[in-house]
Amino acid sequence: MKLWRTYLPPALFIAPGFLLFLVCIVYPMLQAIQMSFFDWKLVAGAASTFLGLDNYVRAFNDPRFWLALSNSGIYMAFTVPPQIALGLGVALLLKDKGPAQPLFRVLYYLPVVTSWVVVSLLFKYLFADRGLINFALDDLLGATDKISWLAERWTALVAICALGVWKGIGWSMMIFLAALQGVPKELEEAAVIDGANRRQRFGAVTLPAIWPAMIFVTIMLVIGGFNVFASVLVMTNGGPGGATEVLLTYMYRQAFEFLDFGYGSALAVILTLIVFSLSAIQLKLFRNPEATR
Amino acid sequence: MSARRLPGPAQSFRLVTLAFGALLMVTPFLYMLSTSFKGQQYVLKLPPQFIPDPATLSNYERILLRGDFGHYFANSLIVAVVSTTLAVLLSAMMAYGFARYRFPGRELMFRLLLIGLMIPAMMLIVPQFVLAKFFGVLDSLVGLIIFYVAGNLALNTFLLRGFFEALPGELDQAMQIDGAGHWRRFWNLALPLARPALATATIFTFLATWDEFAWALTIITTPENQTLPIAVALLQGPKGTQWGLVFAASIIAILPVIAVFLTFQRHFVQGLTAGSVKG
Repeated sequence: MKLWRTYLPPALFIAPGFLLFLVCIVYPMLQAIQMSFFDWKLVAGAASTFLGLDNYVRAFNDPRFWLALSNSGIYMAFTVPPQIALGLGVALLLKDKGPAQPLFRVLYYLPVVTSWVVVSLLFKYLFADRGLINFALDDLLGATDKISWLAERWTALVAICALGVWKGIGWSMMIFLAALQGVPKELEEAAVIDGANRRQRFGAVTLPAIWPAMIFVTIMLVIGGFNVFASVLVMTNGGPGGATEVLLTYMYRQAFEFLDFGYGSALAVILTLIVFSLSAIQLKLFRNPEATR
Repeated sequence: MSARRLPGPAQSFRLVTLAFGALLMVTPFLYMLSTSFKGQQYVLKLPPQFIPDPATLSNYERILLRGDFGHYFANSLIVAVVSTTLAVLLSAMMAYGFARYRFPGRELMFRLLLIGLMIPAMMLIVPQFVLAKFFGVLDSLVGLIIFYVAGNLALNTFLLRGFFEALPGELDQAMQIDGAGHWRRFWNLALPLARPALATATIFTFLATWDEFAWALTIITTPENQTLPIAVALLQGPKGTQWGLVFAASIIAILPVIAVFLTFQRHFVQGLTAGSVKG
């Protein structure tokens, strides 16, 4: 009776949301793992065959999987550092409150709130053969060869990465901007009195103070980098000939184009493991105080 | 009145750099706006036109009057508003339950929510599709809403729990002595006090559901159930995209987002930093 009294109210507050969470998020999480061990048949009545680790072995021997994985890695490597550097740079330039600060903040953040579909279409248009980018390169900078950006692997990846950086700068800027407000003024002033120059002050005062934000931004951007999907789907659809396929577009194609749900799930599990272990590694590295220097 | 200090060279350099960067950020948008007023024969013309000449409203006319975009807009609005309302309400209840009560398994349940926060949405898309098929909600707005609500619970609960924990307990106890029940204390006391955090949660959830693409692409098959991101993406032809049309539709799709963003900017900063403070 007493137990009933104590635990009923929290249960009623938590149950509706938590049940939905269990059914729609936790259960699919477990089922993804289960499905990855099967040749999974979606059709009612058709029997799914247990394959053990076959889907994982298949991924290991699938050159297209490795290509997709390397494309995802390339995307991550070429979008994360610029977003951190440029986001931090803009935040440092913007940190002193001035009349123009709110306007700049809005302008830099605008791409972040715009839907991926819209900005992907926009960049596809800008990087078209007769688009604005080629015009700028040809006629303003004097390059003579027109580049068919989206028709080849590396140039297409450049366009996709450019979109990723352009869309993401505002986000990291906003986080760094908030973190910079927390840098203790006294320390800054003390460093000035001690004769520290701009760079020394940044290394000794600013960077340690915004370090938690740096960890957060880096981890979130790495996760986001491996989650690249809509921009690739819209800009190249993985083409030409699968050359720009990233992990998620490849997984999506396996599942919803070839209806190979088991293999698709195995790819999803692999990606989750990669993302989790990368986050864990980064946390370890960042926790090491030596790394703050 | 004191004379204003003239900007020094460092200050000028700062402003010029910022302005140049801002120009790079905004030019694509302006060019998109310009193209939405161009006829098809001018969209890939060289040299490109920054001011459309001749300018035409025909793209907007086709999108607004002849297309089904009013319908897609309504679908997006229904889905985003219903999902946001439910997600924020359920998250607030959960957050309150976690913040105000002690019970066995509380930490474990909260940990589970945090895992849900780290799992990328795309990882679950295959089993969620199987689940949606089992529930019979494929190709329906209900199917979008259920999974949008579920997908936004973890982050919002995390955000709101911190806020509820920071509320002073005295008011709650005072109301309890006056005989107010659990629900009344939640609804009439905690929720009104949490308004800033609720605003943040509402805005982020609204934007996320308004822009969502992958799940809608996966389960929606009939045109009449499409939301705006799908409708805009499908305007791409297999060969020869009608760019003017695409960008007229895009402008219509992003206007509400930009309006929400400009109106509630303040809450954006709060919401973004809530996650980063703990590091």
